[in-house]
Amino acid sequence: MTGLVAMFRRLEGPQTVGRGPAFWGLFAVVLAVALAYPLFSDGYTVGNTVYFFVWVFIALSLCLIWGYGGSLSFGQTAFFGIAGYGYGILTINFGSAYGFTLVALVAAVAIAALFAVLLGYFMFFGRIAGVFLGIVTLAVTLMLERFMAQTAGPEWHIGVARLNGFNGMSTMPPLTIPWPGEPIVLFADVGLYYLVLGLLVFVYLALRILMNSSFGNVIVAIRENPERAEMLGYDVRKYQLITFVIGAALAGLSGVLYTVWGQYITPSSMGMTAAALPLIWVAVGGRSDLTSTVIGTLVVLAAFQALTIYGSQYALVFMGVLLVLTVLIAPNGLVLGVMNWLGRLAARFTQRTG
Amino acid sequence: MSLLELRKLNKHFGGLHVTNSVDLTLQAGEIHCLIGPNGAGKSTLFRLILGEHHPGSGDILFAGENITVLKSFARIHRGLSVKFQVPGVFKGLSVRQNLEIALQSRHRGAELESEIGRLLSFLGLESEQAQIAGNLSHGQKQWLEIGMAVSLKPRLLLLDEPTAGMSPEETHMTGEMVQRLNADGMTVLAIEHDMAFVRQVAHRVTVLHLGQVFAQGSIDEIVADERVAAIYLGQAHA
Repeated sequence: MTGLVAMFRRLEGPQTVGRGPAFWGLFAVVLAVALAYPLFSDGYTVGNTVYFFVWVFIALSLCLIWGYGGSLSFGQTAFFGIAGYGYGILTINFGSAYGFTLVALVAAVAIAALFAVLLGYFMFFGRIAGVFLGIVTLAVTLMLERFMAQTAGPEWHIGVARLNGFNGMSTMPPLTIPWPGEPIVLFADVGLYYLVLGLLVFVYLALRILMNSSFGNVIVAIRENPERAEMLGYDVRKYQLITFVIGAALAGLSGVLYTVWGQYITPSSMGMTAAALPLIWVAVGGRSDLTSTVIGTLVVLAAFQALTIYGSQYALVFMGVLLVLTVLIAPNGLVLGVMNWLGRLAARFTQRTG
Repeated sequence: MSLLELRKLNKHFGGLHVTNSVDLTLQAGEIHCLIGPNGAGKSTLFRLILGEHHPGSGDILFAGENITVLKSFARIHRGLSVKFQVPGVFKGLSVRQNLEIALQSRHRGAELESEIGRLLSFLGLESEQAQIAGNLSHGQKQWLEIGMAVSLKPRLLLLDEPTAGMSPEETHMTGEMVQRLNADGMTVLAIEHDMAFVRQVAHRVTVLHLGQVFAQGSIDEIVADERVAAIYLGQAHA
């Protein structure tokens, strides 16, 4: 019991909204609904929900680097693309037997993280900060998009995997779990849904623990005043680099899951529009809080898809307007604003009844 | 025993010679005040000591070790700490969290909690602990930052205008705070314009002028020095 209490204590703190039995009770209800949801839905709709979940990881990566760390990375899609292509190249070459797709998932995320180590080292130890960090990361993702877009010719291949230029890479196998008898293939429906949901819950809770730890304290301290943080004895650049790499790994995870979901990846996943959208989800939700980011991303994505499906040709324009409105009305995020308001309401209610 | 030794320290910004062959020795256990008119190079000298700027030539020795090329955070680990001129607190975080961030690398768990409590009462900020640091008064921000700097238990505390913007009463209280820290064994180097504060705390005073050490001695010797009065005190009283 004390162990359980201690665990919950590590999940709560000044860096995350939501605490106490009421919050975790609500969390359990939402999780139970999410677990039961495939029982009451069809495979196609469940697969569509997986598509939404996949993007939450890249949103959380931006929440970590930008919202908590204060460094605006405009190029999280670079890691998304690298990991997506990485998974494709590995699995097209080595197949899906013996659980190799799971190895490829981990390896692809590791490749994205390794790239972030290199890029992040030169940026942070080269003292690139503020708007310049955004410019460099955006340049990197656009450069990768341009490069991959011109790989249409047959000479562009790694092993048997053709890069295929602007049309992108496809026919990579879905995630396959080795199982006695017959391996379990996770197509984009119920099976993949539970895997991605499990990963999402794990990443969300792990990030809550991380941000409420002493490491998280240093990260927000650097956002608030990097000079003061350094003068308290923290190696600011090292902390920034570690945060950047964790964020890149999360963006990479998004990329791999996207690739296994649709069994394709194209250069446009690293383009300007793709790079800008996560910024809007995170800004609208509330970049400095994990829960707000998750809710904001899912709501905005659902609204965006509804707009594109039901006839509106102006979904992207709507996204732009939404971003401008957020900046003007609730610069810390609409969802975070609502959550803080609810928190104050609950506190007043407890005060009155107590 | 000398704790800090600056040897022939030079710093240029383009054609501007901001620190010009500065030699300065700080004895362990003293409160040393650095005064001089605006533009004398006082803050630059602090930034050189802290590793935020790197000297064109010269050496910085701390407790006998040459720290001239060390990174800032590594100098803090050696026993340096600073309070900046403009209050450098974490404005968006609570007072308590500010102190926690300062203390967490030395203390954990219940010990961390009790250290935070001790520091809050030392600073007289117990009732403000849940407040966002950005909402504190100017004087309280200064104290909070002094508290964060002190929490590292440094051997040498650098204070850049610790009483700027404070009332005479707050200035006096800050002086007492500095004296208490010094009594506990902390060496202090303070940049200060407030002569009442300098008179209250300083064991020795160094006057910087145009990037050079212009005069050095006790506060009475400095006040009696007509050359100093001409460049600094004279202007101040004009």
